[in-house]
Amino acid sequence: MSYAKRILYVDLTTGKTEVKPLDEKLAKEYIGGIGLGMKLFLDHSKAGVDALSPENPLIFITGPLSGTMAPSAGNSYAVVSKSPLTDGINESKAHGFFGSELKRAGYDAIIFTGKSEKLVYVWIDDESVQLLDAEQLKGKSPAETDDAIREELGDFYIRVSAIGEAGEKLVRVACIINDEFRAIGRGGMGAVMGSKNLKAVAVRGTKDVNVADAEEFTEFVRTIHERMKGPATRKYRTLGTPENVLVLNALAALPTRNFSQATFEGAEKVSGEYLNERYVKKIIGCATCGMRCDHIAVVPEGEYKGSTSRIEFECLWAVGPLCAVDRLDAIIEAIRLCDYYGIDGISTGVIVAFAMDLYENGIITKKDTDGMDLSFGNHAALVETIKRIGTRTGWLGNVLAEGSMRAGKEIGRGAEKYANHIKGMELPGYDLRTLKTAALGFSVSYRGACHLRSGAYSPDVKGKVDRFKIEKGRGKLIMDGEDLYNVVDSLILCKFSRGVMYDGLKDMAKYYTLATGIEMTPEELIKAGERINNLARVINIREGKGTRKDDTLPWKIMNVPVPDEGIAKGAVVNQKEFDLGLDDYYSVRGWTKDGIPTPEKLKELGLKDLVSIVKKKISSMK
Amino acid sequence: MPTIHEKKFVSGDPSKCIGCCVCEYACSMEHENTYNPTKSRIRAIRLNSFVNLAVACRLCEDSPCVAACPRDALMQSEETGIILVDEDKCNGCGWCIEACDYGAIQLHPESKKVFVCDLCDGEPKCVEWCPEEALDFTTKDIISQKARISAVKKLFQDALKSEK
Repeated sequence: MSYAKRILYVDLTTGKTEVKPLDEKLAKEYIGGIGLGMKLFLDHSKAGVDALSPENPLIFITGPLSGTMAPSAGNSYAVVSKSPLTDGINESKAHGFFGSELKRAGYDAIIFTGKSEKLVYVWIDDESVQLLDAEQLKGKSPAETDDAIREELGDFYIRVSAIGEAGEKLVRVACIINDEFRAIGRGGMGAVMGSKNLKAVAVRGTKDVNVADAEEFTEFVRTIHERMKGPATRKYRTLGTPENVLVLNALAALPTRNFSQATFEGAEKVSGEYLNERYVKKIIGCATCGMRCDHIAVVPEGEYKGSTSRIEFECLWAVGPLCAVDRLDAIIEAIRLCDYYGIDGISTGVIVAFAMDLYENGIITKKDTDGMDLSFGNHAALVETIKRIGTRTGWLGNVLAEGSMRAGKEIGRGAEKYANHIKGMELPGYDLRTLKTAALGFSVSYRGACHLRSGAYSPDVKGKVDRFKIEKGRGKLIMDGEDLYNVVDSLILCKFSRGVMYDGLKDMAKYYTLATGIEMTPEELIKAGERINNLARVINIREGKGTRKDDTLPWKIMNVPVPDEGIAKGAVVNQKEFDLGLDDYYSVRGWTKDGIPTPEKLKELGLKDLVSIVKKKISSMK
Repeated sequence: MPTIHEKKFVSGDPSKCIGCCVCEYACSMEHENTYNPTKSRIRAIRLNSFVNLAVACRLCEDSPCVAACPRDALMQSEETGIILVDEDKCNGCGWCIEACDYGAIQLHPESKKVFVCDLCDGEPKCVEWCPEEALDFTTKDIISQKARISAVKKLFQDALKSEK
């Protein structure tokens, strides 16, 4: 049985800790990872609590396969809390080594509540749980914190998940980083951790992690390892996700200059091909996984010489093409700085691009930037702005540290129109004017603009649908993608390895049963995925979000047609097709026209206890 | 007793190892029927992104660990060269651990006796599982031979290309 069957409760206000058993029925219904994490969040939170208040619980949670030899799923954990960026539910996952260690220490999850008086870190040594002084770690990067804690505690094999200066300073796009480069990236979970004065979680786990059927499980893992060497992971093992730069550019789907253009004239120079040829020095991987996907890039010469970071497409795009920066050395440095301060590279890049757009349009001037020339393409300004956001320096740093939605409101003078976010979360690297399934999918995602909640860009990019329009049927595509990804993220399989599940849900159900000994069918698994999506939606409704008025698209996506010559010229999402898409999606979901799950739907999914929340909402909207 | 030239051991190649620890999981499953790196006879070290290596017993001649044991709990197999631990004699004192330059012999978290690579009866599971083919079950002579071949290949890469 690969669940530890134990949940650790840590009250940071009193310093008290407690271990309670995991309810096995809940485990099956919500799997683990984000599903079980959001269920635990619902059960341990009150409605309407500010994301940065001590009352907002912060949940670290493993998956049912964490700690086993399963490639990618064996090394994972997720963090769930209310997001200071979206004011709705948030989940984020990371791989590396930390997740397996947490399971080996004997915990499926840790629920942090309250707020410590002083900056502390929690040291979990199997059964022993202590809050230790972290004043000496103040201002340190996550990687520096990791090194310092292992040094202080005297064990090289301790694993650490930590925030940087940005998390301490409540930057709303702050992330949590483990194992140097692995981030609980999106939704500002680092700020929640910082609001609790919790600098890091350090774990040493020495217990066995057992699976129900060791022989069959190990054989299945062997099969997965073999598949990992095959075509399903080719992209991640070779050029890596930066391969997308030229693919999306060719499709006129590579957002450039803060979603003004959909192609980038400097794409070749920031391509995966160029990156690998000149900068990638080593490709490494996470625990239990032989896929190797971490492309570690080093700048060999020039003003950013020696700068080292792990490069993936999304962050490369955000600090590169979106800011019109066509220099990979500056991009590598920008991403290194994001990791150093502990801020989400996607959101940060989109925020800098937003500021550059404001500057180009005269909404902010040199007076606001302390003399900095914030024009598109100015790599020095990109690097400087990231520093200011990460450390909340000056007016500009402080206002941008609030995220693009809040910054847009605060700056005013029409700035909101340049803020590219959904529900407060900044857009990832897909032009939604030319990838319209993605547009609809991103708009209905419960954590805001996110490519990983449904993979809705995939049918567009692969040419399975007419990507230039929204039509009936897209709702089903998105729903299926969402439910599947909820399962993937609850098992916490790395999305790079989703393709090695040749038999899809059947393989996942087999994986689950062999590990836990709990019978699970593919049908039950996808039902769990649907349950999780409805649960998340209802949590958002409880928080005053999560209805049709929150399923929006950024102003530019609906008002500024693609100017680039070629296939995509003139593309824009219009209200009529967007409304049709929302209607279609809500209808297949079994939700009301306002996007609210019906009491019947909730009952069907075993979510009877949530019925009162939706009933209240439905009657308030009449 | 095989000579030092013939003794095969598990050797890691730092240019290929990515520090993924698959070897540790395979080892603990083979020997202890569980997933637990702290019970693995091979351990991976990631100093940083670029420096990774898994380390196991190197089957030294006149093994310092054997010589260091004051209770005669260790002996080296005449047949294979592996270190045999007499668990009745071992009291976990750790002199052997201090004597080993490679950290290859460790204290078991449960039995509190030392444990070390036993080559899985001549078919090391770590080598079989390593997804990067970074582990080899080989002799020192073969390692040096391979290194020479790749050095010469590198030196004469132009000549090799023109042959084709």
